Amino acid sequence: MSAADANLLTTPLNALHLELGARMVPFAGYSMPVQYPAGLMAEHHHTRTAAGLFDVSHMGQLRLVGPDAAAAFESLMPVDVIGLAVGKQRYGLLLNDEGGIIDDLMFVNRGEDLFVIVNGACKVGDIAHIQAKIGQRCQVIPAPERALLALQGPQAVTALARLLPGVEQLVFMTGAAFEWQGAAFYVTRSGYTGEDGFEISLPNEQAEAFARALLAQPEVQPIGLGARNSLRLEVGLCLYGNDIDTGTTPVEAGLNWAIQKVRRSGGARAGGFPGAAKVLAQLDGTAPPARKRVGLIALQRVPVREHVELQSADGQKIGEVTSGLLGPTIDQPVAMGYVSAEYAATGTRLNALVRGKPVPMEVTATPFVPTRYHRG
Amino acid sequence: MSIKYTEDHEWIKVEGDSAIVGITHHAQDALGDVVFVDLPEVGKTFAQKDVAGVVESVKAAADVYMPISGEVTEVNEALRDDPSLANSDPLGAGWFFKVKFSDAAQLDALLDETAYTTFTKAA
Repeated sequence: MSAADANLLTTPLNALHLELGARMVPFAGYSMPVQYPAGLMAEHHHTRTAAGLFDVSHMGQLRLVGPDAAAAFESLMPVDVIGLAVGKQRYGLLLNDEGGIIDDLMFVNRGEDLFVIVNGACKVGDIAHIQAKIGQRCQVIPAPERALLALQGPQAVTALARLLPGVEQLVFMTGAAFEWQGAAFYVTRSGYTGEDGFEISLPNEQAEAFARALLAQPEVQPIGLGARNSLRLEVGLCLYGNDIDTGTTPVEAGLNWAIQKVRRSGGARAGGFPGAAKVLAQLDGTAPPARKRVGLIALQRVPVREHVELQSADGQKIGEVTSGLLGPTIDQPVAMGYVSAEYAATGTRLNALVRGKPVPMEVTATPFVPTRYHRG
Repeated sequence: MSIKYTEDHEWIKVEGDSAIVGITHHAQDALGDVVFVDLPEVGKTFAQKDVAGVVESVKAAADVYMPISGEVTEVNEALRDDPSLANSDPLGAGWFFKVKFSDAAQLDALLDETAYTTFTKAA
């Protein structure tokens, strides 16, 4: 309806989505499939049990090229870029001068470049930011000529290896170049569902043919953005714009694991990124954050959604939900949100105020559903 | 008496001085897999267009509006236990509640099936 009317961009798979009967919605400036005729629930379960194909071509792909690229990129993030070996992938966070998160991203050291994937809604701003900050130190080359597909689920490797023999040798958070019908693909073993799976960067011209080849595999069904969201939330992965944004720091967001020791206080390359004084003081405990992101499970079967207020037992506001839904695999209402630090311990009981009624919730470690990455 | 519809995608089926209310096929299709319903209290009185309940899928929540002023006399406990009835049989086993209405004239302004179908296609 509105998706077709609005002035939206489309991905190279647009015609295929429509042919498959997808319901299209505006997302990050693109017309994107939110679900196919099977429906969100079936798509979610299919991804957890077989293999789901996601069009994530709205995401931004870019290359950083030059001998100083790693050191330059490291100056924008609290992350070890210089120490990342060739063929390895890592999670990164672009920070502003207050330590707030401009975007979260994935990057691979491909030897000849750093290959970076950023969120679709942030890509224009990210590229401008990176260009402005480090454009003098390395080439910043956006890749709008490339599509991005994700194939996720326990049978993803079986299906993908028929088309791209050798992908089965990758392990979680590594990548390699492949060729399909003469075109250059780059595949990483990673994703946003908690399952084993792959992300495939490929030329726009090959995207539809390759997607059709994947859908012809008996394990593979198309999966929309709706299930992508429920899959990621069940494994506690942040959605930029909901769970993290320019007003949250990595430590408030519980992303300490993304800050390697070498960049922390006392490390060989400590600091040297935007907002370092604040972020490192939160991390080393000299100025701990006043609020923290937590996982939450409702103790009643009532979905608790974003922007719902969280209260202590005595009715004081202590935080807010940033993402929440009834998790199809865990079959319970799960959420994440920010609470005052004194309520962040696992096992803490608090209330979510849903339509004026308190729904009891318990702070729970994430992932809610165990991840099944292939670590080799 | 035939079924009438609202622009908020409820249906209402009149039986004497009472009516059964549910959400339309179009509404359940737009929502997707229904996982939760919040039903009104039996005995509670609502004005037309008051929020009387909530229906939620994994991806969205929607209010259920009272199509006609009156008192809730019964709710569908089976729907509370199995919200997917709203998807599988929205005009039958997936009904939401019964209401004893106070102003039958309000029915005249509701949509008949042809008008509702036209409305959903225009939206």
